[in-house]
Amino acid sequence: MDLFIAIFTGTVIAATPLIFAALGELVVEKSGVLNLGIEGMMLMGAALAFWAVTAGYSMPVAIMAGALAGAAASLLFGVLALTFLTNQYAAGLALAIFGSGVSAFLGRGFGSDPIEALHRVDIPLLSDLPVVGPLLFRFDPMVYLALLMFVAISWFLYRTKAGLVLRTIGESPQTSHAIGYPVIRIRYMAVLFGGLMAGLAGAYLSVAYTPLWVENMTAGKGWIALALVVFATWRPLRILLGAWLFGGMTILQLQGQALGLEVPSELLSALPYLATIIVLVLISRNRQMLALHFPASLAKPFRPAS
Amino acid sequence: MHFRIEQRPEPSAPMRIAAPVLATALTVIVGSIFFASLGHDPLATLYAFFVEPLSSMNGLSEWLLKASPLILIACGLAVGFRANVWNIGAEGQFTMGAIAASGVGLFWPNPESVLLLPLMFVAGMGAGMAWAAIPAFLRARMNTNEILVTLMMTYIATLFLSYLVHGPWRDPAGFNYPQTAMLPTAALLQSFDPAYRLNSSIFITVIAVIAMWLFTDRSFLGYKMSVSGAAPLAARYAGFRESAAVWIGLLAGGAAAGIAGMAEAAGPLGQLSPQISPGYGFAAIIVAFIGRLNAFGIVLGGLLMSLLFLGGEGVQMTLGLPSALTRIFQGILLFFLLAADFFIFYRIRLVREKA
Repeated sequence: MDLFIAIFTGTVIAATPLIFAALGELVVEKSGVLNLGIEGMMLMGAALAFWAVTAGYSMPVAIMAGALAGAAASLLFGVLALTFLTNQYAAGLALAIFGSGVSAFLGRGFGSDPIEALHRVDIPLLSDLPVVGPLLFRFDPMVYLALLMFVAISWFLYRTKAGLVLRTIGESPQTSHAIGYPVIRIRYMAVLFGGLMAGLAGAYLSVAYTPLWVENMTAGKGWIALALVVFATWRPLRILLGAWLFGGMTILQLQGQALGLEVPSELLSALPYLATIIVLVLISRNRQMLALHFPASLAKPFRPAS
Repeated sequence: MHFRIEQRPEPSAPMRIAAPVLATALTVIVGSIFFASLGHDPLATLYAFFVEPLSSMNGLSEWLLKASPLILIACGLAVGFRANVWNIGAEGQFTMGAIAASGVGLFWPNPESVLLLPLMFVAGMGAGMAWAAIPAFLRARMNTNEILVTLMMTYIATLFLSYLVHGPWRDPAGFNYPQTAMLPTAALLQSFDPAYRLNSSIFITVIAVIAMWLFTDRSFLGYKMSVSGAAPLAARYAGFRESAAVWIGLLAGGAAAGIAGMAEAAGPLGQLSPQISPGYGFAAIIVAFIGRLNAFGIVLGGLLMSLLFLGGEGVQMTLGLPSALTRIFQGILLFFLLAADFFIFYRIRLVREKA
């Protein structure tokens, strides 16, 4: 039972950064923009949040700093992709490389000492329930925030007029422009929001998940988040399920190492990447399913005809 | 009064040449501001970054030694990029090429055979192509996004390298360092001059540049690839299959990266270690863009990018600045280049509002 609880809670925690980053990218892509720079934005968020904690700021301020760092990084991408009508693949890659450089540069002074991690909150009464308590009510606040974001984004995209406008822009920016919606401005907001979420994801990694600084500590989680959006065929609920699946993979791999399985640790570490490929293959084979929720104008630059 | 973006009736030829120059100049300016804000004399730092590496024979040798793999890989990648095939995993194909070539060098029964280097070349190229064939197959047959697959394959290749040098291939006499034994002499690309590290692999790069130019600018197949990138529908009407472009693009990138990996293991390093690549596979993507996916542009882009690597190492040693600066400059350079490209196709007009 204890092992099950450990695996379950570990999964939920490992999935949290993926949920933040992938939900943010979902909003960006639903507006018709492809930002490949998640890895860079996450690293900037991770570095800034870590720095803020070591500089003595409180945890909420540090996490906020991480989120803002992600948003600032995404603004660089936004200017290129939206104002300068650049190839979005190239702009996203530039951001990924830039972010890894900037975070490594900032991180050179961090040393190798761990910081005090974000505390978990035992929700009074509920956390004392047998089984259910440890399973559901003893997480740190960011875990609950991720779930809250899932609810909020699902509601926004499919239950509000603003969400409808955003999706329309992702489908047909020309039509939306003709109706009178400010396509570029809305896309900027989506890109900034995506950066904010990637920054949160990075902050979670460096102040809660592994509260110490290692260069390139995201280890591809930004790219896995991108794969999750495809895996989820651009639907929020499947992002949540996919993130848990990958979180579970990560935890099984760690548990496998702890149990001393007779397999090289590198093979276990490769599992999440292998799983990403396999899952992508399974999903991509079904072209109809991919096309169903695919934002038709994804990665196509838009310039209002004046 | 407000600004209006107008499409130029024709792409501006002067801007096409000016854009990379402008981007480089802006990168240097941002770099100086950055150095100044860190409390270093910007002129002295820029000198250490961009001029000092080129002021000695050894520096020139190192410059070409680093430019060579960048140009080689970028040539291969650009073949794919022209057809909208996004191989982002050259780093992994480079790693696999280095692994396969080193494996041949370490374990071939006759370590003095003159065939050793050619065999390593074939092994490196083959491994790079094989590693790229997986995403090519998945994209051509299963419609799987090649960006994500090539990237995931890079992480797997890095872990595989780490497994080998920590495990079965670790040098027993290596003081527990995670690295293989040194390759036998017959498996090494000899330098032109014992004082410098530049070796004959530079000829491979020259051949690759010419081959790429012939393919993209002089061959019908290369032309069809470019058409399928610029106008996929038109290419389909003309009977050119998308899957052909996917295979050619990815295999070209994999072959080039694999050869570069072989040349790095058999050249300056002489063994396998976890740090086989200083990020050549990713930097080559930027080189391809700076070179506008054109063979000779890529040569200039590679020279510029290797100067950034070299300058980064230089200021790391002389001023104690971190090597991450190189990646920051690479990113900034690409940002500016992409932004400057805008002015090739568009101009900004100041428009007076009518009263």
